[in-house]
Amino acid sequence: MAQISLDKLAHSYVAKPQTDADFALKQIDYVWQDGGAYALLGPSGCGKTTLLNIISGLLTPSKGHIRFDDDDVTLRSPEQRNIAQVFQFPVIYDTMTVEQNLAFPLVNRGVARSEIDRRVADMLDTLDLKDKARQRARGLSADEKQKISLGRGLVRYDVNAILFDEPLTVIDPHMKWQLRTKLKQLHEQFGHTMIYVTHDQTEALTFADKVVVMYEGEVVQIGTPEELFDEPAHTFVGYFIGSPGMNVLPCEVDKNIVHMAGAKFTLNKGYADLVGKLEIGIRPEFIDVKSAAEANGAGVAIQVTAVENIGRHKIVRGTVNGYAIDVLTDEDQSIPSDAYAVFNTSRFNVYQNSHLVRAHS
Amino acid sequence: MIDKPFNNKAWLFVLPVFFLVAISAIIPLMTVVNYSIQDTFGNNQYFYVGTEWYTEVLGSSRFHDALGRNLLFSGIILLIEIPLGIFIALSMPRKGFWVPVCLILMALPLLIPWNVVGTIWQVFGRADIGLLGRVLTGLGVDYNYATNWLDAWITIIVMDVWHWTSLVVLLCYSGLVAIPEAYYQAARIDGASKWKVFRYIQLPKMQRVLLIAVLLRFMDSFMIYTEPFVLTGGGPGNSTTFLSIDLVNMAIGQFDLGPAAAMSIIYFLIILLLSWVFYTVMSNFGADAPNKEVG
Repeated sequence: MAQISLDKLAHSYVAKPQTDADFALKQIDYVWQDGGAYALLGPSGCGKTTLLNIISGLLTPSKGHIRFDDDDVTLRSPEQRNIAQVFQFPVIYDTMTVEQNLAFPLVNRGVARSEIDRRVADMLDTLDLKDKARQRARGLSADEKQKISLGRGLVRYDVNAILFDEPLTVIDPHMKWQLRTKLKQLHEQFGHTMIYVTHDQTEALTFADKVVVMYEGEVVQIGTPEELFDEPAHTFVGYFIGSPGMNVLPCEVDKNIVHMAGAKFTLNKGYADLVGKLEIGIRPEFIDVKSAAEANGAGVAIQVTAVENIGRHKIVRGTVNGYAIDVLTDEDQSIPSDAYAVFNTSRFNVYQNSHLVRAHS
Repeated sequence: MIDKPFNNKAWLFVLPVFFLVAISAIIPLMTVVNYSIQDTFGNNQYFYVGTEWYTEVLGSSRFHDALGRNLLFSGIILLIEIPLGIFIALSMPRKGFWVPVCLILMALPLLIPWNVVGTIWQVFGRADIGLLGRVLTGLGVDYNYATNWLDAWITIIVMDVWHWTSLVVLLCYSGLVAIPEAYYQAARIDGASKWKVFRYIQLPKMQRVLLIAVLLRFMDSFMIYTEPFVLTGGGPGNSTTFLSIDLVNMAIGQFDLGPAAAMSIIYFLIILLLSWVFYTVMSNFGADAPNKEVG
């Protein structure tokens, strides 16, 4: 087990990278705390798998260093780094039994037979695979195979970290919950550092203590699920996390006065003079739809274009002075014909060139 | 249980296939069967002799010798071509500029017709004018496939290996490139040696294509005809007279249609039987039913 530090790390698949765009992974500095549960979240092609493979040693970064505690492991192979990795598709050794699969990494490392037997028996218990121990692994279902892939990492008690590369992709939805719960439970039991790559926000937010959001090869925000929800550091984060995503509308900001969507809002916080592309981010949860009478002068008229019922909530899609916005309301909220969108201005986030700006006071 | 639907229209779908198979396989085969149980003294006068030809063929030392040669030849061919094919496929690059180059080089021998291959090597190996023959003679090796049975065998085996190892290579290669990268990555993380990667990942994943390769190479080598025919016509002596050559000698040379037909049927059944054995053994190897216990 170890703390993993990334030091000015960057990677390009191009031999001689010239511009920023050549980098699949732009420079990142970060320390993964020992025993933490992290999720790397982002759309396909954002560099999250690249980052994961650099940590596991399957890929050597073009720039920077990676350290396990104080050891520089940048040039070391995966086996020397002593990490475990679970891939998108379950990797099992077809011709071996479940037992032999779990014993394989230990056999390769020359662990004593009695110790192997003990650990494999333990692991079969933990993974609920005891009754299948002597079956060929190839006949099992996808989730059982994925458990074996995971088990092959966990039987090595001393692994520095366990890395997951979208491990639930091929698992049936009803088994996803079970496996995810199992992962959480294993994390608590063994306390390994776990890094979990996914493009599914639900998976990331339920699994991780800290979520690393990536976008176009860049880490745009690292934070707890609450932080990502309340204060997205980048408009992409606001849009990517939450369902529906954050509304992002162009605006003008003058100290504590915001002009947006043809209306004027007064905030209880002020901003320095801002230049560049300015936008307001406001989550659909923090907008209300009211009738003119209820709104009583607050809010802006909204033309409702669609209402989607999503169980306990409704998504109201509409336009405010020509700008499209989504609003999340309670299921039993009626949508009046003279609807007004009332914004909770304390939840306004101001973005300058897509990055969050902190208020002055 | 749902009752099985019973519908006579199904015959309409089966009949065309039945018709085609009858014309292409069953009727020709039955004429051979017909010959094999009759004798003639010419004049299109036939009479029934039962299993006489079969007993005669099966009891003849001529048949035993040829069969022995065939089994030995196919055995040697499989033992050389399969491991060599796997080895070459493993050594071939998986990506980059050299992939198409290797593939084309490998495919070249397969494009050359059998008799041309025979002729090439026949000339190549001749002690008087062939490059190989002259070089070997010049090096002091007493090489002459026309007089020495071992030289003739070696020449035919080299010829077949040169001609057909590519097929095994290409089949194995297709099996290898189909293995997802994650398997190799997982094996590295599990600390597996190169041998273990081969034994537990590559070989099991190649099992299907290897089965095809073994079956094709077995059937083809067991039916070998053109190469020894072109090279020495079955000689020196009878040393390269395989079943197929013997069969042609008997049927066309001596015009013994009855015994030749019986021999054809026996030959056919042997290939069928051995192919079935290979298929069963190889597809059951490490691939038992999902829920069967293994010790």
